Amino acid sequence: MLERVGIRSVDELLTAIPRDTLRPKLGLPVGMSELEIQSHLEALAAKNRTAGAGPFFLGGPVQRRYIPAAVAVLALRGEFLTAYTPYQPEVSQGTLQSIFEYQSLVCELLAMDVANSSMYEGGSAVAEAAFMAVRSTGRKKVVMASEVYFEFRRTVHTYAKGPDLEIVEVPTRDLASAAERAACLIVQHPDAFGGLVDVRQIADAAHAAGALCIQVTEPHANALLEPPGALGVDIVVGEGQPLGIPMSFGGPYLGILACRSALVRQMPGRVVGETHDAHGMRGFVNTLQTREQHIRREKATSNICTNEAIAAISAAIYVALMGPEGLKAAARLGVVKAHALAHRLGALPGCTVSTEGDFFDRFALRVPRLAAGGEGSGYAVRNALLADNILVEATAVHYGDRDDLIIQCTEMTSDAEMDALVAAIESIAASVRETVTAR
Amino acid sequence: MTIRTQVIPDSGVTTAMPALEPLLVEIHQGGRAGRHVRGGDEADAQIPAAFARKAPLGLPELTEPQVVRHFTHLAQLNYAVDTGMYPLGSCTMKYNPKINDRVAGLFGDLHPTQPESTVQGALALLAELESMLAKVTGMDAVTLQPAAGAHAEFTAILMFKAYHRKRGEGAKRHRVIVPDTAHGTNPASAAMCGFEVTTVKSDARGNIDLASLKTALGDDVVGLMLTNPNTLGLFEERLREVCDAVHDVGGLVYGDGANMNALLGIARPGDLGFDCIHINVHKTFSTPHGAGGPGAGPLCVKEPLRAFLPKPWIVHDEQGPYRYETKQADSIGRVRTFAGNFGVLVRAYTYMRTLGEEGLAEASNDAILAANYLLAQLRDSYDVAFDRPCMHEFVVSAARQKKLGVSALDVGKALIDEGFHPPTVYFPLVVPEALMIEPTETEPRETLDAFAAAMVRIAEKASTDPASVKAAPKNAPLARLDEVHAARNPKLKWQRPT
Repeated sequence: MLERVGIRSVDELLTAIPRDTLRPKLGLPVGMSELEIQSHLEALAAKNRTAGAGPFFLGGPVQRRYIPAAVAVLALRGEFLTAYTPYQPEVSQGTLQSIFEYQSLVCELLAMDVANSSMYEGGSAVAEAAFMAVRSTGRKKVVMASEVYFEFRRTVHTYAKGPDLEIVEVPTRDLASAAERAACLIVQHPDAFGGLVDVRQIADAAHAAGALCIQVTEPHANALLEPPGALGVDIVVGEGQPLGIPMSFGGPYLGILACRSALVRQMPGRVVGETHDAHGMRGFVNTLQTREQHIRREKATSNICTNEAIAAISAAIYVALMGPEGLKAAARLGVVKAHALAHRLGALPGCTVSTEGDFFDRFALRVPRLAAGGEGSGYAVRNALLADNILVEATAVHYGDRDDLIIQCTEMTSDAEMDALVAAIESIAASVRETVTAR
Repeated sequence: MTIRTQVIPDSGVTTAMPALEPLLVEIHQGGRAGRHVRGGDEADAQIPAAFARKAPLGLPELTEPQVVRHFTHLAQLNYAVDTGMYPLGSCTMKYNPKINDRVAGLFGDLHPTQPESTVQGALALLAELESMLAKVTGMDAVTLQPAAGAHAEFTAILMFKAYHRKRGEGAKRHRVIVPDTAHGTNPASAAMCGFEVTTVKSDARGNIDLASLKTALGDDVVGLMLTNPNTLGLFEERLREVCDAVHDVGGLVYGDGANMNALLGIARPGDLGFDCIHINVHKTFSTPHGAGGPGAGPLCVKEPLRAFLPKPWIVHDEQGPYRYETKQADSIGRVRTFAGNFGVLVRAYTYMRTLGEEGLAEASNDAILAANYLLAQLRDSYDVAFDRPCMHEFVVSAARQKKLGVSALDVGKALIDEGFHPPTVYFPLVVPEALMIEPTETEPRETLDAFAAAMVRIAEKASTDPASVKAAPKNAPLARLDEVHAARNPKLKWQRPT
C-alpha cells in the first residue's frame, strides 16, 4: 500500500503537523485480549449493586420496567445497530419505516399530531420544547412548575443561558396565574411526586395569555390517563426510557417530543415521512429537512444531528410487543402496588403520604425525624434504608424545603420488596419513638 | 448486502400502496394482546374518572412472532457496517467490535440516581475514561455528559460564554467564527448560545484563509470553531498561527473532534493550540451509530475552562471512594438529566482498553494510509479538490462527470448497485459535486481495491452510458424516492384503521 501511495512511511504524509507535536507518548495502558477485557469489565461490574439485587423503589424519569426478550434480540441486530443515519433511503428502509412506526405509536399514545424521531433524553427535550415555544411566540419568559423533575428543571436552566431566557418557577397550583407575557407554561403530569394535575385548566390559561402549554409526561401513564392531545397541550415531552430501554446508569435514553401540526416547522430534529419510489412503491425518507442544521446552519431550529434512533426503534418494538393491553397492564400494576404501599406506609406512626391529591404510580412519604431536633428526615431515612440494602429516593434539597421520600412502583415491584420496605420503615419509626421516649 | 425484491412478504396483508413490508397497523388484528405483562385490573378504580383516558388507544395488536418477523424483515432492508463498507467522510464508520456490546450489558440494570456507594464500579469506569480521553487529546479535564458531538459543541460554547462573562467581557463578545468548511452543527450550536456567526473562507490549499481570519477577528469575538483535520481531510498547515491569532484578541479555539480518528497517537489537539475538543465516540472509538444514534460527545478542556464544566463532577480522593461533586459555582450546570450515555461510554472505554496506547496509534496510522491508498487509485478518474496528502479522509469532485450529466449524487447511487454505501456528497460546501471518502482502518486491502474499482467503473460508465448511472440504484430494495413529494405532502404517521 505504501508503494501505491509512493511513500516509504506514513510519516511522509504528515508534513503539515508541527514536528515537536508529532507522535507523542500518551501514557495509556497497553492493550488487552478480548478474554482479558471481558474479565476486567466483569470485575468492574461486580462493584455495583444492580437494581435486582435487593428492594428497589427508585424511579422518576427512569424506571425499572419489564423488557420483553424480543426487544434486545431485534434492536441489537447488526442491520439496525451498525447502520448509519438513513440519509440514503434506498438502502435504509428498515430504519426509516421503523422510525415512522415509532412516530405513529407515540402520536397514538399521546394523541398528538406529530412526533419527531427522537431527542437525546427527557431533560434536554424539555429545554428544546421551551426553545420551540420561544421561537413561535417571540417571547423570552418560560414559566415552569416546581413539581417538574429537578434534573429536568436544572437542564432547562442551563439551556436557557444560551439565548438568555428568563425562567420562572412556581408551584403547579400557581402556573395558570403566571401566564402573562410567557412563551409557555411547563407542567408535569403525573408530577415528580406522582400527583395528578388538571392540565386542561393550565393549557386554557396559557392559550388565553397567548402562550403555549408544554406537558412533561411519562409513556406508561398515558395508557390509563387522558392524553395530552385531549387536554389542549401544544408540545409534549418526556423520557422514553421506560419503553423497553435499559436503565444503564443514565443513558442512552430516548427524548420524546411531539406537537401539534401547526408547530411542525419549529420542531427540532429529524422526522420521517411517507413517500414513494420511482416505480410507485411505498417508501420512507427523512423529510422537512429545511429545519435542520445540515441545510440551514445557524438558522436551524436546533443543532441536533446524532439522536437516539436505536432507542426509538427499541421503543417501537416494545410497544408492538406489549400491545395496548400489555402497556395498560404494566401501568396498572404500578398504580396498584403504589396505592397498596401508600396505604401501609401511611398507617405507620409518624408517616404520612405527602403527595397532594390523587397520585399515579409513585408517591411522596413524610417520615419521622431520625434524631430529635436534627435537620430534615427523608434523606436520613433514605440513608438508613440504604444500610438495609433498600434503595429509595429522597427529595432532599431538590424540591424546596421538602425532605420526604419518593417511592416508585412498577410491574417489577414484588410483594417481598414491599414487605421489606414496610418492615424497615416501621423499625426506623419505632426506634425514633424509643429515642424520644428515652429523652 | 441482502437484496430483497419481492413486493410483500408472505403475510397475506394488503397495503394501500405496493410496499416492501406492511406497517404494524396494517398487520393488526383485534384480540391479539401480548402476554408479556398481565394483571392490575384494580387500578381502574384507583384513578379518578376525571383523569382517566377517554381518548381511544389505537395501538396495534400482534402476536410476538408477527412482531419478530416484521422487524426482522425491516432489518434486512438496511445497509449497515455489519453488511458492508461505508466510505462516509467525516462519519468514521469503522467496524464496531461485538465484545463492546456484550460488556455494556453488564451495566444495564443500574439506575442513574443510585447512591454512590452502590455504583463504585461504574463511577470508576467513568473516571478512568475521563483520564484516558484527557491523555489522548492533551487536555486537562473532561465531561462525559454530552450525548453527541453537537451537544458537546453547545456545552462548550455555553462554557465560552460563561468564561468571558467571568472576565467581565460577556457583553462585548458576541461573534463566533467558523470556516466555510465547517459542519452545519457548528454555526447552529453558536446560534443556540445567542451568538452571531461569521464565516471565513478557505484558501487555495484547503486551509482556513489566515488573512480573512485576521480581518474577521476583533475584541467582539467569542472564539473560533475549527475542525482539524478539516472536512477536506487536510491538516491545517498554519494551525499555530490560526490559534495564536484567535488568542491574541482574547478569543478561544474550539476543536470539533469529528476527525479525531486521524490523530490518535499522531498529534494531540492540546499541544496544537486548541482550548478544548469534543470526541465523537461513535466515530473514533468504535461505538455503533445505531441508525442515527445514540452517540456520546465527551468534551475535553484545558485548565482555564475546567471551572465551567457541567456538573455534577465525578471526583475521588486518593484511595477514597468515587463521589459526585456539585459545589462548583462557575459550572454552567447540567446539560442533560443524568451523567451521560453510559452504555455508549462503556463501549468506548472497552475499545480504548482493548487497543491500548499502541493499538490506537496503529488505528490512526492505518486510517491515514488507507485514505491515501484510495486517493491514489481515484485521482485519474475524479478531480482532486486540493492536491496534497490527506489525513484519514479526502474529497474528490464529480465536476468532470457533471459535464456529462452525471452528478455526485448519481455516482453515490451507482455505488449502491456495486454493493457499497454512497460516500458523503455535496459536503463540504466549498467543493462542487463533492464526494467525501473515508475508508477507516478496519477495511482490508481487498475491500479498498474493490471500492476503488467500483468508483473507476462508474466514472467510465459516466462517459459511455450516463443514463445507466442516472437510473441507479437498480439492485436496492427501492429505486430513488420522491423526497419533494414527502416534503410537500407531509405524512408523518400512519392512518389509524377505522
